[in-house]
Amino acid sequence: MRSKRTELLVGCFILLGVAAFVYLAVQVSGLAFSAQKDTYQIVARFDDIGGLTSRSKVTIAGVTVGTVESISFDKELYMGLVKMNINADVDNIPTDSSIAILTSGLLGEKYLGITIGADEEMLQEGGEIFDTQSALVLENLISQFLFKSGDSE
Amino acid sequence: MNMLVGLGAWFLNWLEAVGRAGIFLAQSVLRMPVRFRESIRLLIQQLYAVGVLSLVIVVVSGAFIGMVLALQGYSILSKFGSEEAVGQLLALSLLRELAPVVTALLFAGRAGSSLTAEIGLMKATEQLSSYEMMGVDPLRRIIAPRFIAGVICLPLLSIIFSATGIIGGLLVSVGWLGVHDGAFWSLMQQSVYFDTDIMNGFIKAVCFSVVVTWIAVYQGYECVPTSEGIGKATTRTVVLGSLAILALDFVLTAAMFGDF
Repeated sequence: MRSKRTELLVGCFILLGVAAFVYLAVQVSGLAFSAQKDTYQIVARFDDIGGLTSRSKVTIAGVTVGTVESISFDKELYMGLVKMNINADVDNIPTDSSIAILTSGLLGEKYLGITIGADEEMLQEGGEIFDTQSALVLENLISQFLFKSGDSE
Repeated sequence: MNMLVGLGAWFLNWLEAVGRAGIFLAQSVLRMPVRFRESIRLLIQQLYAVGVLSLVIVVVSGAFIGMVLALQGYSILSKFGSEEAVGQLLALSLLRELAPVVTALLFAGRAGSSLTAEIGLMKATEQLSSYEMMGVDPLRRIIAPRFIAGVICLPLLSIIFSATGIIGGLLVSVGWLGVHDGAFWSLMQQSVYFDTDIMNGFIKAVCFSVVVTWIAVYQGYECVPTSEGIGKATTRTVVLGSLAILALDFVLTAAMFGDF
């Protein structure tokens, strides 16, 4: 009888551990067990990616429509090459859209914002957004401000 | 000259002890029990003694540490107007650092010391030698189930610690301090990654479990079989175990999160 009760309690303990693990995975890390969403990949080249990281959000009108897949250095053009996955249901981004690196809040994380263009043709798998706007680097802003105020005097 | 000899002798002794502990671990793990049902029964008994009985202290301290973290984090973050980030702070510090380390320290004090005292007393009352006389290998019958139970229990306890800590922090920050709960969860989910944060914390807990349980059973098995010797061995388990956890934690953290 004693042994049965021990086994029952040990079973409860292990079950509790597994439940806590699932709780951490789903609720805390937001891990989704559903199959990977259908996406298509587009690329953009930036002069300065300034703090953008892989898995950053890609937004249109502030709504997340994709994530940054990878960031690498384009050796020929000396630019930062950003590959991003866009949800397949957002298939109507015109080819002349522009993309900018934005910051959420004053010190928050970097994300990408797409501004929609007017072209009839839409971006396909492997397409590229050519109109890019780099991250605002604080030092550059300050030096611009200093040079400007120096000129006017 | 005498000092040099003493130093050399001390080092050789220490090296010998490390070697003995290593052989001891290998023997008790590699000599797998023959009778499967019997060994499962022994293992379940030890899981109860090591895991279930440590559950209360782990849950209570996890909840309180989560609540304290939420309070402290809130008081600092609210100065920057970003009190929603308290969820992020809570989850990252618990998962990466506090849960494995604090659980392992508690485990060394709660379960490790009792393992050492139990095995030491078995040695003092010559139960271990009578097992040997009966032709039963004490490493297989006494040490192996305790070691395996410790290695299974500590990671589970560490995960339970994180979960209760986060729930405790949720109660304080959302329930009491009035942090918006949508922002609390969404900021947490944005910054916590399953593979880097949860799995690395889990790997830490597994490493700590091996080290702590090894120290505990070895100290019990090798203690001087007197009441004083058992007391000293129990103290050594807690002290050596805690130091080993903290030192190993630094090494593991440097390996996991050290590359910037």
